[in-house]
Amino acid sequence: MKEKPFAITLDVGSSLANRTGAWRTERPEYVHRLPPCNGACPAGENIQQWLFHAESGDYESAWRELMRDNPLPAVMGRICYHPCEAACNRVQVDDAVGINAVECFLGDEAIRHGWTLEAPQATSGKRVLVIGSGPAGLSAAYHLRLLGHEVTIREAQDRPGGMMRYGIPRYRLPREVLEAEIDRVLALGIALELGARVDDVLAAQRDGGFDAVFLAVGAGIGRRAYIPAGDSARILDAVTLLGGMEGEGPPLLGRKVAVYGGGNTAMDAARTARRLGATDAVVVYRRTRDRMPAHDEEVTEALEEGVRMKWLSTIKHADGGRITIERMELDETGFPQPTGEFEELDADTVVLALGQDSDLSLVEDVPDLAVDHGTVQVADGLMTGHPGVFAGGDMVPAERTATVAVGHGKKAARHIDAYLRGTSYRPGPKHDPAAFDRLNTWYYADAPASVRPRLELARRVSTFDEVVQGLDESTALFEARRCMSCGNCFECDNCYGVCPDNAITKLGPGKGFAIDLDYCKGCGLCVAECPSGAMDMIPEE
Amino acid sequence: MNAAQQVKFYQVGSLAAGNRLLAPELRSDQSDPDRSNALTCGHRACQGCGEALGARYVLDAAQRASGGNVIAVNATGCLEVFSTPYPETSWQLPWLHSLFGNAPAVASGVAAALRAKGRTDVRVVGQGGDGGTVDIGLGCLSGMFERNDDVLYVCYDNEAYMNTGVQRSGATPPTARTATTQAVGDAPGAPFGQGKSLPLIAMAHEIPYVATATVAGLRDLEAKVHRAMGMRGARYLHVLVPCPLGWGTPSHDTVRIARLAEQSGLFPVFEALDGEVTAVTKIRRRVPVEEYLRPQKRYAHLFTPEVRTDVIARLQRAADRNIARFELAEEVLP
Repeated sequence: MKEKPFAITLDVGSSLANRTGAWRTERPEYVHRLPPCNGACPAGENIQQWLFHAESGDYESAWRELMRDNPLPAVMGRICYHPCEAACNRVQVDDAVGINAVECFLGDEAIRHGWTLEAPQATSGKRVLVIGSGPAGLSAAYHLRLLGHEVTIREAQDRPGGMMRYGIPRYRLPREVLEAEIDRVLALGIALELGARVDDVLAAQRDGGFDAVFLAVGAGIGRRAYIPAGDSARILDAVTLLGGMEGEGPPLLGRKVAVYGGGNTAMDAARTARRLGATDAVVVYRRTRDRMPAHDEEVTEALEEGVRMKWLSTIKHADGGRITIERMELDETGFPQPTGEFEELDADTVVLALGQDSDLSLVEDVPDLAVDHGTVQVADGLMTGHPGVFAGGDMVPAERTATVAVGHGKKAARHIDAYLRGTSYRPGPKHDPAAFDRLNTWYYADAPASVRPRLELARRVSTFDEVVQGLDESTALFEARRCMSCGNCFECDNCYGVCPDNAITKLGPGKGFAIDLDYCKGCGLCVAECPSGAMDMIPEE
Repeated sequence: MNAAQQVKFYQVGSLAAGNRLLAPELRSDQSDPDRSNALTCGHRACQGCGEALGARYVLDAAQRASGGNVIAVNATGCLEVFSTPYPETSWQLPWLHSLFGNAPAVASGVAAALRAKGRTDVRVVGQGGDGGTVDIGLGCLSGMFERNDDVLYVCYDNEAYMNTGVQRSGATPPTARTATTQAVGDAPGAPFGQGKSLPLIAMAHEIPYVATATVAGLRDLEAKVHRAMGMRGARYLHVLVPCPLGWGTPSHDTVRIARLAEQSGLFPVFEALDGEVTAVTKIRRRVPVEEYLRPQKRYAHLFTPEVRTDVIARLQRAADRNIARFELAEEVLP
């Protein structure tokens, strides 16, 4: 034994011999929660993950992550109504993260740099027919092609894009952006047949030797309402007006245009009328603004552009440059009731924007395929009652937006893939939601949202130039960095920092952390100080 | 605005320990996977101990700032007891303990010895709790200050003698319940009008550097340690370290409570050079004192059986006075 100083009998030892983990009654654990943005995205994008890449300035990785779910980011970055932002937890701190703006930025970067995807060989030996080249059809074709199937799209019109081209005005979606993204999808080796209307889906499937069909014909027929009208009344529907904008010459409207309806299409029609030279564009809607199906942003932009609104009004008669409207009032159930009070309004043209129906003549003879209220009925996997025939987008019962359609395309592709392989597709279990009250928002620096610049008003009412403009690189980066990474670790090192017992080990970039249960006393500081709520305390057995 | 706050990375700002987007040299010392862990695992501090956390924050930063050449001198108290039960030690740096009241004098002696040996590269940190610093060691500390000895002295203030069973110290705030200021009678808890502010006493010595900090402001605390270690002479750092045992708070709330002390204005965070306040940490999310008091059992008598609005208002006035005196309110831009 070594000689020791006076009164010393034991060797010096480290406190590491004292395993304080034995004190613990609860242990911390790293968890993953579903961020509200991801949960709300109709296309099922992993928004948080692509923002994570964008935050470090790695826009290409961000774009590739985005493209796993959505083949049209530059389009969606413009026309999506971004339910992700409505769900964003940051709303409760200052403003939602500008997810849509960052998506637009990434989409534009991809176009600018010419980023593309490699398509795998079509090795499955299976062939799929996609009918319709709108967002649902393109998305399904894209995902099916990436899953190794041979895909043909048949489009009745002479240009691809569906409602993105024939329904959404250029000032919301410049056509060169649309073309670029469609071309990139087709470049994966997808055959596109234009002007190829399908009248009988089963015949087309049989004749073409297709193993499965995805129907995505959209809802392209403007709904008409009976309005008593004189001989000189000019009445057309919004779908015809907006679709006509893609033809040779713009449709002829008068100086005074009344648009009948309260949805997004009504706003698009009224704003288009303004741009075509209407001095007066009036939206006539039977309920109030807060009950309007149109998105608030669109209504605001329409009002900014001088579109007038006649709330609580229905059109009773139209003739000779004048319309008669009846004032309505809402009953207790919120349903509009006529009041018998009338007024007259100047209007050369009445544009009907009262909803749209699908042309379902192609499925009339399909056995076991059910149609109800003008929509094709589908099971959870988007398959119709007829095996091998799937449907999605505006023609099935769902919210009718381009993003929902993109989501249908992806979902249908997965189920079609499983169908073709003789299996069934089971989506993985979802994490529990990353609720706001799990966050420790103290750690997020104050950072107000960036605002996307808008075209000046004078040019908005006279041209079809894009209204909502993109963010520049530094602003997009700023915006991406406002993400709070709800429910998922972003390696801020707080857990590692605040542990009074040094019981957390840093494993290196991308690898996260490990908890040393030999020393963790279970105080819970790491969990309490985790900004993003990516940790839980769980009781020891 | 101090250096730590100038970094603007919005996902985490400069407020979290680390940030994958920052260059490693700009991250906190605590986020370094190879930090020195001056106080290592296996120490016997209670769950969620603020003092253990504060001591590691301070000494790791001091070691970083001086290339690892730090000798620590420790007063008697929790920090000494929980870290060195014979024959174990949790310290991973040269560490001395003598008596309860003489740590500043021993630290002065170590500094003198180093000077005699010409070892200007080795730096001395003295440390203790509020009992050892504010009460028992004050004479030695004042001497260390007035001689301007080359020591950084750090007080980990948990506002009472926690090691011996939560007795009142000169740093115990008014109305707080301790073993010697029971929550009984008309004016329960520690009396108003007693106690002292050691940071202000230190400033009165006109020593080169005095600062306050809390365990809720890691980046701020580290910046202050680095600043202090970049200077010579007597320096004093006063760190608020909540004590779950003595304050009656859940162990996971240690950092939150320190943050509320700061955000309520009850604990002003500032920096003073040569006796003048030169910088303050502005309150970012101001809260009424009630929000700080209510979670702590040592203030439970202010809320049960009835809410003592008169007493809470008096404490609020103390917070408001700090906010006015140290100009803690965030400037409102015109």
